[in-house]
Amino acid sequence: MGAAFPTHSRGAPEALRELAASARLALAELLLSSEEARECARGTVDWLVERAGARKALCALIDAESGTLDEVAASGVPDGQVASLHLALEEADHPLVFALARREPVMLPKGRRNGEGLRGDFLAIPLPLSENREARQGLLLVSPSRCEQEAKWAAEMLGQKIARLRASASLQDSEHKLQRERELLLNIINASPDPILLTDPEGRMIISNARADALFSAREGESEGRHRAVTLNNMLYSAALSQQAIDESGASRRELLLVSPSEGSDLLFELLSSVVQHPREGTCVVSILRNVTDLRAATEQIEENYRRLKLAEADVRAERDRLDLIIDSVADPILVTDPSGKILLMNSPAERLFTAPASDQSAEAERAVRSNDAHFSSFISNLFLAGAGLRLRGEIALVDPATKQPLPVEAVAGKVLSEHGELTAVATILHDRTEALEKARLYEQLKEASARLEEKVREATAELVRRNELLQRQHLELEQASQLKSQFLANMSHEFRTPLNAILGYTSMLLQGVSGEVSPAQKNKMVRVDSNARHLLSIINDILDISRIEAGKMPVHVEEFAVPALISELLAEVEPLIQKASRLVASTDIPPHLPPVWSDRQKVKQIVLNLLTNAIKFTTEGTVKVIVRTDEEQRELRISVRDTGIGIDPQDHDKVFEDFSQADSSVTREYGGAGLGLAICRRLARMLDGRLELQSQPGAGSTFTLVIPRKGRRR
Amino acid sequence: MSSPGTGRKALVLVVDDFADNREMYSEYLSFSGYEVMEAKNGREAIDAANARLPDIIIMDLSLPVMDGWEATRRLKADEKTKKIPVVALTGHALAGHSKGAKEAGCDSFLAKPCLPDQLVAEIRRMLEGGKPAAKAKGAR
Repeated sequence: MGAAFPTHSRGAPEALRELAASARLALAELLLSSEEARECARGTVDWLVERAGARKALCALIDAESGTLDEVAASGVPDGQVASLHLALEEADHPLVFALARREPVMLPKGRRNGEGLRGDFLAIPLPLSENREARQGLLLVSPSRCEQEAKWAAEMLGQKIARLRASASLQDSEHKLQRERELLLNIINASPDPILLTDPEGRMIISNARADALFSAREGESEGRHRAVTLNNMLYSAALSQQAIDESGASRRELLLVSPSEGSDLLFELLSSVVQHPREGTCVVSILRNVTDLRAATEQIEENYRRLKLAEADVRAERDRLDLIIDSVADPILVTDPSGKILLMNSPAERLFTAPASDQSAEAERAVRSNDAHFSSFISNLFLAGAGLRLRGEIALVDPATKQPLPVEAVAGKVLSEHGELTAVATILHDRTEALEKARLYEQLKEASARLEEKVREATAELVRRNELLQRQHLELEQASQLKSQFLANMSHEFRTPLNAILGYTSMLLQGVSGEVSPAQKNKMVRVDSNARHLLSIINDILDISRIEAGKMPVHVEEFAVPALISELLAEVEPLIQKASRLVASTDIPPHLPPVWSDRQKVKQIVLNLLTNAIKFTTEGTVKVIVRTDEEQRELRISVRDTGIGIDPQDHDKVFEDFSQADSSVTREYGGAGLGLAICRRLARMLDGRLELQSQPGAGSTFTLVIPRKGRRR
Repeated sequence: MSSPGTGRKALVLVVDDFADNREMYSEYLSFSGYEVMEAKNGREAIDAANARLPDIIIMDLSLPVMDGWEATRRLKADEKTKKIPVVALTGHALAGHSKGAKEAGCDSFLAKPCLPDQLVAEIRRMLEGGKPAAKAKGAR
């Protein structure tokens, strides 16, 4: 160690010593007052130049992270010499790196690779660490080397200071790191959607995330409800934890029902908690709460669905049982077969046809069953022919295994398809056709009989039509004949009248004495001629009247007239006849104020005249009385002619009104007349919308009554 | 019987194709004081009426050659003969006949059989300018 230090000069030892002490004090103060390595380094190199007699001083520190040695402060060194002191520690053969590995100061070889720009003879003093004093912190370079003493001291001081500073910086770093990690952890816990808590065993919070805070803590000023909910939640949570404490099972899971402080609704959580031992805090409990409210609801829903499914299944089973019962109770055989024709299911009527009866194991019954099977299979196979459709209807000739009788059945088969349209089975129902066939046979017979009957009716109808036509033709012919007859009669009456006119005329002339006086005997005979001629005329007139009426050539002339006057006229006309019958009295019974009548006066007169003439003719002695009446409403007029004559037997009452018929043909001869009078009267009465009535008994006289409407219809 | 106001006998023309009736009426009319002329059909009746202008004509309606209706129509259509009253006399006692007679121009109508005295009564009534008979009256 050839380094010399001026302060240790023997010249003025005491003063120098004092001076050196004060210089060292200054550095110590500087180092004490600074908390920054670079500042300390600068202070030190400045102090070395200014107070310790160095010309040049330089401080380089190791940067542990980059593994380099960097100059941090220099004094007395031109800028260009130090600016680039930056070298990697890996350069082990570098003098500076070599110097770093030394405990003692090293004199740098002059001009030989002493760092770029670093000139002169530098003494490299390693900066010791305070604890282990390893020269690892950096180097203090001074020149000239005679100030080695002071430089070593300064290096010691600076090394210690820097070591302290670095230790302090390192501590601060790790504290920051810890803080960061803690924040990260908290963020992680907060990011969890589940509330996470760290509590002591009594449930008091140590750490909680935001979700947990929302459930378990309330700040001042928040609502009363929230405070109460939070208090309740804390109690519930503590209770749950204390139960867990009893369990002592480390980690546990249970359900915990809490209240939502914001909504007041129930929230169901699954509480996962585990006990952890903390060196400082002691026993702690970490709890994770998982909201299972929705999960519970879903679970309940699933349970409900399951229950319904069970019920539905029961329903289906009941339905199927009922269906089975129904199928069995159907009288018609029902079979369900698989697509290959194998019988899957059949009801009891079907069983009777397709299984041999237990009571009858005969070959015949066996054959019947086999035959039925074959026929049935053959029928079913038709269902699978192309274009057969979903249904098939047909007839099968089966045999009843029990009776061995033929059993014609109508079969209806239907394909049973799955949801996807696949054929799963074939359902067939058979219907006994025996009765239907019998009915059809009877119906055919009936139809035949009906057709025969119809034919007969048609024939009869045709016959009827033919006869009807014949009748119509005959009727027409008859009508024409009748017309001809009437015309003939009218012509004949004319032809009769012409000679009669001459007979009556000449007789009248003779009786009047136109051809001279006639003797009483002659006159008597001429009166007979006249009387017979007149009788003949009356017959002709009657015939003419009938034929006129029949030929429709007698019109009705309705006029107003008074009945009493008509009766007087009539009585005057028959007066000669009455006088001739000396023992006959004629009288009338006509009510006063009789209203006028509208009818055909001529025809009324003709009718009543005829009745009067008849009455007089058939009454040899007694009375003939004309009685006139109207009904209460004065709608009808009744003119009766009552006599006390011979009377008419009731059985002949209808006869007297017939053409050419007096009740007794001998009467015609006794009383005269053609017997047409009453027939004409009845026809005339009908033309007047009236009628003739007769009351009579043999020996008790007769009463003929003409009844006509008082106001007849005009035509 | 004389024509009114002339002093001479009234002339009656009797038209009838049936001789017995014609002659019967003629005889009775002559007996009753009339001058009578006869015709057998309508044509003769018209000729006779034109020849002698009778005071009255008794006209049967069913006549040969020309019937009574046609003859009456012609007489009534002729200025010369239209004033001569015509009494229709027919055996056809049908309403249509009297109506047809009226339409042809007959002034009166009598139905056969008609007694000679009845005919005379009608002739007298007509010649005295009496009202036309309301009703044909025949012996019934």
